[in-house]
Amino acid sequence: MDAPLVSIRDVRKSFGSFHALAGVSLDVAAGEVLCIIGASGSGKTTLLRCINQLVELDSGAIIIDGELIGYRRVQNRLYPLGEKEIARQRLKTGMVFQRFNLFPHMTALENLIEGPVQVLRRDKAQAMREARELLARVGLSGKSDSFPADLSGGQQQRVAIARALAMRPKLLLFDEPTSALDPELVGEVLAVMKELALSGMTMIVVTHELNFAREVANRVVFMDHGLIVEAGRAADVLSSPREARTRAFLAAVLG
Amino acid sequence: MASRSEPFVPAAELPDRLRIVKRWHVGRWLAAAVILALLALIGRAFAQGQIEWAYVLRFFTVPAILSGVANTVVMSVLAMTLGIVLGVLFAIMRMSENPVLRGAALGYVWLFRGTPVILQLLLWFNLALVFPAIGVPGLFEARTVDVMTPFAAALLGLGINQGAYTSEVVRAGLIAVDAGQYEAAQAIGMTRLRSLRRIILPQAMRVILPPIGNEFISMIKLTSLASVIQYSEVLHNAENIYYANSRVIELLIVAGLWYLIIVSILTPFQMLLERRFARGAANKR
Repeated sequence: MDAPLVSIRDVRKSFGSFHALAGVSLDVAAGEVLCIIGASGSGKTTLLRCINQLVELDSGAIIIDGELIGYRRVQNRLYPLGEKEIARQRLKTGMVFQRFNLFPHMTALENLIEGPVQVLRRDKAQAMREARELLARVGLSGKSDSFPADLSGGQQQRVAIARALAMRPKLLLFDEPTSALDPELVGEVLAVMKELALSGMTMIVVTHELNFAREVANRVVFMDHGLIVEAGRAADVLSSPREARTRAFLAAVLG
Repeated sequence: MASRSEPFVPAAELPDRLRIVKRWHVGRWLAAAVILALLALIGRAFAQGQIEWAYVLRFFTVPAILSGVANTVVMSVLAMTLGIVLGVLFAIMRMSENPVLRGAALGYVWLFRGTPVILQLLLWFNLALVFPAIGVPGLFEARTVDVMTPFAAALLGLGINQGAYTSEVVRAGLIAVDAGQYEAAQAIGMTRLRSLRRIILPQAMRVILPPIGNEFISMIKLTSLASVIQYSEVLHNAENIYYANSRVIELLIVAGLWYLIIVSILTPFQMLLERRFARGAANKR
């Protein structure tokens, strides 16, 4: 079997006395779609932010695409990487935020080419061509010159997904991508994510959309109090959970 | 629940034509009358006072005054530029994760905000008393009195002092940008400095510009302090003239009018800049 694209080993992280992650281990294969569910404060967003190095680990290790994240290992010692190295490592992962975080002073197209042109030093004309294709792919071909403030939440989030894709990442992280959206706009964003999943993109999705998880995810992980309580095929975890805590959570969410 | 004091009137009982009578605005008429009367009194006092308006007119455009005006504008622009460069630099240092840089920025603001500008100007101008010669050993060396001209002392004094204030304005702007913007910039592989330059500062400019415009207008008038170290800006030159001809008030009025003119001309530039950095803002006003 191939080595997993992402390996997470006994990752721990505390904020003061609060244990956000209390020893999490997880493997994600290339092309897999993994959904993480759980109540707020269960550590799922922190795990995502650790993978993208927006949060530093207290202990444990994360390996992405065969590369240890955040540290250089010499025998048994781990030396923290410099800022530039960490920025380079982040290129393997794209991130989609709950609150979109588009750059408000740039048009949709400029948002997409900012990374490719400024960070990857790609040719600007080429980057613009690809950006237009990506905007078309998320159903926004007419919106290249719109500013984020002139777009709906659903459109902004689709631009944000296209912005992440423009960097050609190996892994996409979604942090509750539909939680800040009006209910009628959730569907258009989930549709884009589903299309991405079917195209073979490796995705880790923190979400409350259980239907999306059931339909699209290869695997579902339920987290509680900084630990993985239950993991398995989406249908199994969501329809016939083994753990009492999973059952309680699902009962609360489904009402 | 309906208010008890206002009985409900069914629309059917209202007559078809109702005319709204214009409000009287008594306060406005009263205020206008009082202010006009006061202005007339002040105008009459000045017209009868010991002011030779012919002198004001005659000295308004003499070469000494015009060159003073030019020097005032040049010094304002240069000192403000130096202030903004230092302000951005120290604001970024202050926000750095490096505690040494943070401490240095804090010390800079403390020192230059904590002492009067006029004292700083005098210190720079008299630097030769501390260091008779300055330079880099082996590279160049000069007598401090030759280097620290009124121009150089005014530029350093005003610019470095301004930097301390501007750094706080810039810091306020950087803090005002949503933390999610830093994260989004990091997520597309930007380093801290690149994200500051490309993502954070352009957004911070919206918050920074109005107070900077304010400070620039302050700076135009602050340059008059440089007259105490012999920098020949407009007030200094006006003083030199009235030392000779004793037309004190007339020349002060000349200088005052020029300050008003300079400020009036430069103010619209702020609006232009603000419009430029309002790019993408939801309410373009």
